[in-house]
Amino acid sequence: MKYQSQKVAYWFFALSMLLLALQLIYGFIMGFAHMGYDVLHDFIPFNTARAVHTNLLVVWLLSGFMGAAYYIIPEEAQHELVSVKLAYIQLITLALVGVVAIVGFHFNYWEGRKFLEIPRPLDYLVVVNVLTFLGIIIATLYKGKQRTTTSLVLTMGLLFAALLYLPGMIWFDNQTMDSFFRWWVVHLWVEGVWELIMGGILAFLLIKITGVDREVIEKWLYVIVGLTFISGILGTGHHYYYIGAGKVWLIVGGVFSALEPLAFLAMALFTVSMYRKGEKKHPNKMALNWTLGTAIVSFVGAGLLGLAHTLPSVNMYTHGTLVTAMHGHLAFWGAYAMIVFAIIVYAMPNMTGRKFYDSNRGQLAFWLSNIGMVGMTVAFGVAGVAQVYMERIMGLEFGVVQDEIKVHFLILVLCATMFTVGIALFMYEFIKYGRPTDEALEIEQ
Amino acid sequence: MLSKSQARTFFLGGTVVSFGVFLWLTWTTIAKEVPKNTHSENLTEEVIRGKVLWEENNCMGCHTIMGEGAYYAPELTKVVERRGEGYIKAALMTTEPWSPRGRKMVAYGFSNAEADDLVVFFEWVGKVDLNGFPAKTEYETKKASNK
Repeated sequence: MKYQSQKVAYWFFALSMLLLALQLIYGFIMGFAHMGYDVLHDFIPFNTARAVHTNLLVVWLLSGFMGAAYYIIPEEAQHELVSVKLAYIQLITLALVGVVAIVGFHFNYWEGRKFLEIPRPLDYLVVVNVLTFLGIIIATLYKGKQRTTTSLVLTMGLLFAALLYLPGMIWFDNQTMDSFFRWWVVHLWVEGVWELIMGGILAFLLIKITGVDREVIEKWLYVIVGLTFISGILGTGHHYYYIGAGKVWLIVGGVFSALEPLAFLAMALFTVSMYRKGEKKHPNKMALNWTLGTAIVSFVGAGLLGLAHTLPSVNMYTHGTLVTAMHGHLAFWGAYAMIVFAIIVYAMPNMTGRKFYDSNRGQLAFWLSNIGMVGMTVAFGVAGVAQVYMERIMGLEFGVVQDEIKVHFLILVLCATMFTVGIALFMYEFIKYGRPTDEALEIEQ
Repeated sequence: MLSKSQARTFFLGGTVVSFGVFLWLTWTTIAKEVPKNTHSENLTEEVIRGKVLWEENNCMGCHTIMGEGAYYAPELTKVVERRGEGYIKAALMTTEPWSPRGRKMVAYGFSNAEADDLVVFFEWVGKVDLNGFPAKTEYETKKASNK
């Protein structure tokens, strides 16, 4: 750690960990409900659990991204954050808005729009919060000694993410229009600007871990984010096939979303080749694991499994089935959860001064969570494909099919347990590092 | 070999062109396609009230509509065609907990007027041109060819 203000990142990471733990609990509630044990129905019906599960994911990832930015930007700009106090206020308000939203979901206080369930009055608070965050980041960059490509790409990703939240706040009478602009937020986040954030964090980690020349890494960063936008923006069309938006999207969405895996492939190839090219071997092995892991798993989860059901002729049958859940889980895990874990594992020794670079527990956390998540993905996939054949092709009734595929949810819950053990170990490691301290300044030198 | 400034041009150029095309397609979709495909002239007050109820109660948290939502309960795009008004209203208005095949639905106990609004909303959704979604199943196709 080179700047005192980087310590703020720790608390954002801690909030991330806390919300992730809650997210897993609600995931289990849904897994058991699918198996037929919806025992908490009277208190937490499925739609509540679902809204909590997905919104917690979004908030903990955003908190992780913000923590990453607060850690990375001072180092890249060579300047302390302009206001640490404001950053703490922003942290607390983010946590408060998150908690009020999650509690509200238990009392029918929500907007029933997938992923954007946070009710409108709270949306405005989110906007204020994010503007504060961006203000701190951009002012720091402005005052800083240098503006690197890495920091610009990261900031651009965060800025666009904030702007793209706005179309989701417009009211439409027409369900098709509502859905159309809801995807401006959801799709253009996860298959667009969030990839900029991921790319920025990844570039920072690679520069630090592999020691490859910044110019080389940042050149490829541009290529990757270029591929992301070229495929991802028009790839939004794959959400417009069957919502009443017209036929043109079948072609546009089909072609461009088929290109989307290229960005993730490029990211994976780039990460692996930079690692092999790098002469400096950073002692933080766990950070390296998570960095290589995120590049590879995101290619499989977001790239390949997305491609598996993105063509209109396939999507006609898989649209709105558990096949989507298969893709969603490995994609979010590989691309966004793992990149947050990577920056956490990289930053923690630097912020706390405790150089736990490699441990059996850390390794176990990495492998158990990844194998568990792959197992869950397979369980969702098998259930989803079976559902497609029985319900969408043969024409059996929804309920009959759900009874038939119950068994796959047992496997899902078992794999989720393994995943959770991995996450618990990761959190134990996180706690073991202790608090950040000024004594850790310049620890890297 | 590609230089960094060429890479930046690729990124900026690609983004501007893609977003430009996207905005243009969005415009044609909103201006022409959506009104035609959704029969927007049929968006009556009842339909809109139905949509509000649909959102206020987060029906999408279990069901899908136009294939969007959660995968815990049936697709509802063509529910009026499939189940008929009576069945739907019974499910919406009941105050007794009900659980078709053991899967529990919240007993919303909607009023008759609210249930009517939701049915009208489903009827409107059912008539939107969704490019053939949901696909006809093999069973339905066979039944049609036997007639």
